[in-house]
Amino acid sequence: MSTIQSIEGQNEQHPDVALVERVRGGDVSAYDTLVRKYERQIFRIAQHITQNREDAEDVMQDAFLKAYEKLDQFQGNSKFYTWLVRIAVNESLMRLRKRRTGRLVSMDEDVRTEEGSVPRDFADWAPNPEQNYSQAELAEILRKTIQGLPQGFRVVFALRDVDGLSTEETAETLGLSVPAVKSRLLRARLQLRERLTRYFGRKATQAVQASGSPQGIGAEK
Amino acid sequence: MTCTEFLEILDDVIDESMAVETRSEIEAHLKKCGHCEVVLNTTRKTIEIFRCHEIYELPAEVSDRLHNAIMERCRKAK
Repeated sequence: MSTIQSIEGQNEQHPDVALVERVRGGDVSAYDTLVRKYERQIFRIAQHITQNREDAEDVMQDAFLKAYEKLDQFQGNSKFYTWLVRIAVNESLMRLRKRRTGRLVSMDEDVRTEEGSVPRDFADWAPNPEQNYSQAELAEILRKTIQGLPQGFRVVFALRDVDGLSTEETAETLGLSVPAVKSRLLRARLQLRERLTRYFGRKATQAVQASGSPQGIGAEK
Repeated sequence: MTCTEFLEILDDVIDESMAVETRSEIEAHLKKCGHCEVVLNTTRKTIEIFRCHEIYELPAEVSDRLHNAIMERCRKAK
């Protein structure tokens, strides 16, 4: 699913560079290609931050429009995609701020919690535990699980692990230091693992198989 | 290696970005610690599951509508 190559050859030009040049030269259809290429990822990132579908749709439109208008400011020393993500992250945070009537929203929100940084549940998982759930049930479990994370963890996990950005790119995109990204990533991964064990641990999946329906969906706090 | 030390480098283990000497220490620890082995395997699986399943679907008609709206706004912008 991830389309981002983390390492480009030193002398090899990223294909986006040529597209960006064409857009700068007035070729709007080249921008159409860039939008198609990244719209799903930008939508997903906006969803992860805003947690609201309508907002995510608006953010996606605004981010692409802003990137188009500001393309002259794109320096080319970072990748087009990471530059675009940074715009989308800022737009998402602005949208949240609007919803919360002006309260300042930042990536540092709620990250002090230590919950889940030490593993507690050591139940092993069944092989391919996700197969015990339908696609819709699985998506619901994954949404609930990741929505329970503090925002500053959720976004780091989404960019680094789901989207496939490097640690350095994630740091640059979110305006965080590399050690901060690393510490948040570890805690995000451990918290998600802990929560998913409730569904995918051997006991849980046996219960699903026995009853023929998922155990525990909706039971989460 | 203790479990705490293992947890501290768990991300490096998952991303396979550690020195060869550390690798053998890790293997030795995992051989005798079932808990850390479970944590490593299930954390890997956690990442894989999130990576392989789109949790925020963007249906084709919504995607088309948004795409067209973006391109229309871009054309107007210049």
